[in-house]
Amino acid sequence: MSYIAKPKVTHPKLKKNELGLTVRDYEGTVSTLCAGCGHDSITAAIIQAVFELGMEPHKLAKMSGIGCSSKTPAYFVSQSHGFNSVHGRMASVTTGANAANRDLTYIGVSGDGDSLSIGMGQFAHVIRRNLNMCYIIENNGVYGLTKGQYSASADVGSKAKKGPANRQMPIDPISTAIGLGATYIARSFSGDKQQLVPLIKGALTHRGFALLDVISPCVTFNDHEGSTKSYAHTRKHFHHVIDADFIHPKEEIVAAYNEGEAMPVELHDGSKIVFRKLNEDYDPTSRSAAFAFLRDSENAGEIITGLLYIDEEMGDMHHLSGSVDEPLSKIPYETLNPGAATLSKLMDRYR
Amino acid sequence: MSRINDVVIKIATVNGTGSASANGLLMKSIFRMGIPVVGKNYFPSNIQGLPTWYEVRVTGKGYRARTERVDIMVAMNAQTYRRDMAEVASGGWLIYDSTWPRSKLLDRDDIHIIGVPLSRLCNEHFDGARARILMKNIAYVGALAALLEIDLDVITTLLEETFAAKKKLVPSNLEAIRLGYDYVRENYSCPLPIRVEKMDKTRGHIIIDGNTAAGLGCVYAGATVGAWYPITPSTSLMDAYKAFCKQYRMDEDGRKRFCIVQAEDELGANWMGARAFTPTSGPGIALMSEFIGFAYYAEVPAVIFDVQRTGPSTGMPTRTQQCDLMICAYASHGDTKHPLLFPANPEECFHMSVTAFDLADRLQTPVMVLSDLDIGMNDWMCPDLEWDESYRPDRGKVLTPEQFESMEKFHRYLDVDGDGIPYRTLPGEHPKGSYFTRGSGHTKYGAYTEDSAEYQEVVDRLLVKWETARKLVPEPEIAWSKFNKNAILTLGSGDGAVREALDILKDKNVGLNYCRVKAFPFSDAVTDFIDKHDRVYVVEQNRDGQLRSMLILDAEVEPKKLVSLLHYYGMPSSADFVVHRLLAEVAKGQAA
Repeated sequence: MSYIAKPKVTHPKLKKNELGLTVRDYEGTVSTLCAGCGHDSITAAIIQAVFELGMEPHKLAKMSGIGCSSKTPAYFVSQSHGFNSVHGRMASVTTGANAANRDLTYIGVSGDGDSLSIGMGQFAHVIRRNLNMCYIIENNGVYGLTKGQYSASADVGSKAKKGPANRQMPIDPISTAIGLGATYIARSFSGDKQQLVPLIKGALTHRGFALLDVISPCVTFNDHEGSTKSYAHTRKHFHHVIDADFIHPKEEIVAAYNEGEAMPVELHDGSKIVFRKLNEDYDPTSRSAAFAFLRDSENAGEIITGLLYIDEEMGDMHHLSGSVDEPLSKIPYETLNPGAATLSKLMDRYR
Repeated sequence: MSRINDVVIKIATVNGTGSASANGLLMKSIFRMGIPVVGKNYFPSNIQGLPTWYEVRVTGKGYRARTERVDIMVAMNAQTYRRDMAEVASGGWLIYDSTWPRSKLLDRDDIHIIGVPLSRLCNEHFDGARARILMKNIAYVGALAALLEIDLDVITTLLEETFAAKKKLVPSNLEAIRLGYDYVRENYSCPLPIRVEKMDKTRGHIIIDGNTAAGLGCVYAGATVGAWYPITPSTSLMDAYKAFCKQYRMDEDGRKRFCIVQAEDELGANWMGARAFTPTSGPGIALMSEFIGFAYYAEVPAVIFDVQRTGPSTGMPTRTQQCDLMICAYASHGDTKHPLLFPANPEECFHMSVTAFDLADRLQTPVMVLSDLDIGMNDWMCPDLEWDESYRPDRGKVLTPEQFESMEKFHRYLDVDGDGIPYRTLPGEHPKGSYFTRGSGHTKYGAYTEDSAEYQEVVDRLLVKWETARKLVPEPEIAWSKFNKNAILTLGSGDGAVREALDILKDKNVGLNYCRVKAFPFSDAVTDFIDKHDRVYVVEQNRDGQLRSMLILDAEVEPKKLVSLLHYYGMPSSADFVVHRLLAEVAKGQAA
């Protein structure tokens, strides 16, 4: 069997969340990715975030496509439902699932190959719909599972392990998402769990499409000198532009913020995202400012990270299409069927 | 030539000139006189400007197919005038707009020419270019009413009903009817020797197209999520579903108890427990094949309507064919096969929609309903659609939260009952119900595997499920007499042409038994039927005899017994074609 269950050993003093579950209860099977893979760090951050949010595991739906990143839903929250779909089309499966049951929390894990090449169309459309989901791109610039071909996010000049430097323009998921109307847009780095966990918590709580583009180096095929998606390059060039703290509705804002630096934004369930701006001029509620800042930083060779844009006002897909609050899958058949008398009456229209 | 209630009227117009409502008025007037009709629309892949035809077959005997005969041609399109005139049966009539002179070159000695100055009459009586064009169409209906003796009171009532919300349009439409009617009465001998006469054969019947009926079927089946992308000729199915939902599925606050999205989303929705569907046509099936295979292997219910059009590739999008049988039956890579339903008319589109959802839920697999452009978009006379109030959806083996309480552990792909169908759970229902849905190799417990034996166990179990499907799908319709050694077999919209052909052949002393298959996999009744005969003529609308191939593959019948009669140039098949081709095959058989 190539599937390995993780032995469950829990320390009796391990911290419990409001459901009485420990962080170990949110784990999955043992990862089969390469040792040191950035994706495993992201998996750990997801586990931490879901644990801290106190989510019921079976109310979480884990969605993915195909590729290294798309394998990871098996490695977290075993007791939730997973759907490892087909290449590049996780977005549509999630759209259907959410259309049927809006009450669950949806987390999609994808990669740069899955989302930005074969899945680019679906990625664009799920953003347009503002589907209520957390969409994580584990971005390493290569197709790992097929041994290191460039993906569409590879930067110009980035060198492959073998062969010439990439000369095609990359597709940047962040600027794409800004352009297409995503309502929660963040970038982070797999090696920065402190930044990543609150961003995931915010993304899971945000109502609408939340994109997390996480630079996640491929230790086997894209971690060498000359690569712009290596650990060394990312550590050297990434900047926290704007940090975000996630504050649960029950918690009070306790951290001390200097005036003008902190900017709280309330999420639909009463929790708050508090922006800590490291760059004074940055306005995370302005789409055009976010876009301009992103472009300028890119030109300067910087990888800016943090919650770059948020809009809590725009409705999600169900709001936009005017659905009832009740999940469609739960509406009793008797309510859905117009009945024999109605059909009989309707027949007169066709005579 | 003198005939009552047996006439074919073909109207040649330009696309986008608003002739559809006039043609509908003509057909419905005859229908309301109690006479069965068949309405076929031959339209271009175009919004405005290309030629389009509408054909009304008045058939007192109640046949459902088209014929290849045209008795009366209303030639309103100069672009196609020559070919339209050539199509008129010898002894038939051609009506043209005599406002302008007609070339002598276009004469035919063996038909009657009736000139009606439709444009001049309408220009004299109506203002505005658009009104004049529209009224010209209504005026030819008036002319036909005089020639065929259609009841003017029936036309008046229909117009009053049609324009109930815009009453001021009634008098002008009636005036246009009278213009054509009076002119023809004054200038020609009316009625023609072929005409209509009141009957009582349409009571309890409606005129409807298959896409409307299928859309309505989805509403009655309890479908809540529709995932689609517009494609001719399936678009009107979702249009109908949406319109019915807006009528029957809004809550008190005007919010929707349904959701329509443009995507390949139905798998996710079905996985989540909603009844979801996708209407599409051949290119859509090709595009979605990877997902269809996924749903087969991961065992996710799905309902797909393939309203078939002429392939290959883009083909002729506004012409009909039964050319997607094979791609639907075996869609996707790897060993896959899928239950298919073959409705023959709109009434079956309605009921088979419901059957498709029940089968998909019961079998936990994609089920495809293979309609076609002829059924989906043309006007068919059908018995009133009726609903059985005692119906409840068969959601199949879905575990309830209560069942989990008494359960030790849930295994997604275990064949507990020996019918090849495992139990499933809906996400979010119960902590014990979680499992991982994947298209990669999995064990009967639902875990990932690359172990040969574990893999094979699951794909072999899917074959057990296939045999269960064979027992659950609708049985064929069979007409059998022990005196006939040969038979004819068809599916879907081939039904009308074959039934009519059987009547004609009987008069020629060619007796044949009949089988119309309604589903794939083929039930034992289909195999038995073929086994009982020396020769079975397989009538289908594609070039390669796809149904015949499937019978050989799935029912394992003797290939030599099956003789193909193929009709695939894009028009609905006719009895004339079946008779002609069958007699040719019989002659060939005798010569051999």
